[in-house]
Amino acid sequence: MASTDEIRSSLAEIVNEIAGIPVEDVQLDKSFTDDLDVDSLSMVEVVVAAEEKFSVKIPDEEVKNLKTVGDAVAFIERAQNG
Amino acid sequence: MITPATGAANSAILGIGGYRPRRVVTNAEILEHIDSSDEWIQTRSGIKERRWAEEDETVLAMSVSAAKKALDQAGIDPGQIGCVIVSTVTHLYQTPALATQVAVGIGAPTAAAFDISAACAGFCYGVAMASDLVRGGSAKYVVAIGVERLSDLTDSMDRSTAFIFADGAGAAVVGPSDVAGIGPVVWGSDGTQHDVISQKTSWREASDAGEWPHLRMDGNPVFRWASYEMAKVAQQAMDAAGITADELDLFVPHQANMRITDAMFRALKLPDRVKVARDIARQGNSSAASIPLAIEAMIEDGDAKSGDTALIIGFGAGLVYAGQIITLP
Repeated sequence: MASTDEIRSSLAEIVNEIAGIPVEDVQLDKSFTDDLDVDSLSMVEVVVAAEEKFSVKIPDEEVKNLKTVGDAVAFIERAQNG
Repeated sequence: MITPATGAANSAILGIGGYRPRRVVTNAEILEHIDSSDEWIQTRSGIKERRWAEEDETVLAMSVSAAKKALDQAGIDPGQIGCVIVSTVTHLYQTPALATQVAVGIGAPTAAAFDISAACAGFCYGVAMASDLVRGGSAKYVVAIGVERLSDLTDSMDRSTAFIFADGAGAAVVGPSDVAGIGPVVWGSDGTQHDVISQKTSWREASDAGEWPHLRMDGNPVFRWASYEMAKVAQQAMDAAGITADELDLFVPHQANMRITDAMFRALKLPDRVKVARDIARQGNSSAASIPLAIEAMIEDGDAKSGDTALIIGFGAGLVYAGQIITLP
C-alpha cells in the first residue's frame, strides 16, 4: 500500500501535468483553488487521472469536499484501504 | 414478392456549407448581464466572441443559405435531392418541421423532409442517417443540416451558460461515391443523464408561469462525460472505419468548449500533426451547426483541404452522441 507521501507525490505529478503547477508546490496544506489556481474543470481532470492512477472511484458529490491536497490524499488512502 | 430498394455501394459528403450570423457579440457585451470577467470566460471556455443571429437571420434563412453553399460545392441540381434532414432544438414551432420549408427554399419542394432533435450531436446524427438513406436506396442525394438560434433560449443572466451559446447553420450534401467517404457511425445515448443539459421547464409550465424556458447546464458532469467518455467514442469511430491516428488529418469535435476539445485531444493521444478545430474561440457553441461551421473555417484558414480525412464527433443534451470518419469534399 502506498504511503501518504507516495500518494501526495503521484498526485503532484498529475496536477503538474494537467495544470502546470510545479510538483514541489503541491503540498498537503495547499488549497487546490486558492493556492494552486486549479479551476473546477482542471479539478475534474485531476480527479479522473487520480481515479485511474490509484484505482479508486471519486464520486462527483465528493469532489467539492476535496479542498486541499491533504483532503484528496486522505480520501484516496481511505478509498484504497476500504 | 416485394422488390427491395437498392442503393449506392458507398456514400460521401459531396459539399459542405455554413452560415455565420452577421452580429459579433463580444465577452464585454455578455458581461453587461453577468458578474464574471473576460479572463474567466476565456480560461473556462476559450470563447473570445460569438455570433448571434439578428431578426431576419431565422433558422429557415440560415438553413437555406448554408444548404445552397453545400449544393454549389457538390454541383448537384436541387431537383435531385430526395430528402432533407434538419437537426435543431431552436425551431420554436412544435409542428410543422422546419425541413419542409427548407426543402422548398433550396429548390427541392417535394423531397422527403423532417427534423431531428439530437442537440449538439445533430450534425453527426444527420450525416449518419443521410449516408444510410443513400446506401439503402431511399434517396439518391440527401441534405443534412444543423441549425440553431441558441441565443433565443439563452438566459443572459445565467453566469454558467450566458457566454457559451451561439447561433448559426451548417449543411452537408450526401450522395453516392466510388469510394467510401463516410465511415460507420458510432452513436448512442444516455437518458439517465437527461437533466444535465436541458430546457428548464416545458413550454406548458413556462406558459403557465409567464416565463421563458431557457436552457440550463451542469458544467462539471458534462465536462467529465464529454472529455473522457466521448474520447472513447471518438477512438471507436476511428477503429470502426479502420483509420489510425497516423492517417488522420483533422479532428473536428463539436465546438462545445475549448477545454473539452483540449482534454479529448490529450485523451486520444493524437499526433500534434493532426489539425484541431478551434472555431469555438470566435463562434461560441452553436450546437448542431458547430462541426460544419468549424470545417468551413478550417478550409478558409488553409488548415484543411479537399480529400482530408477528418474525425468528427457530436455530443450533447440527451445525452446523445455520434462520431464518424469522413473525407472532406
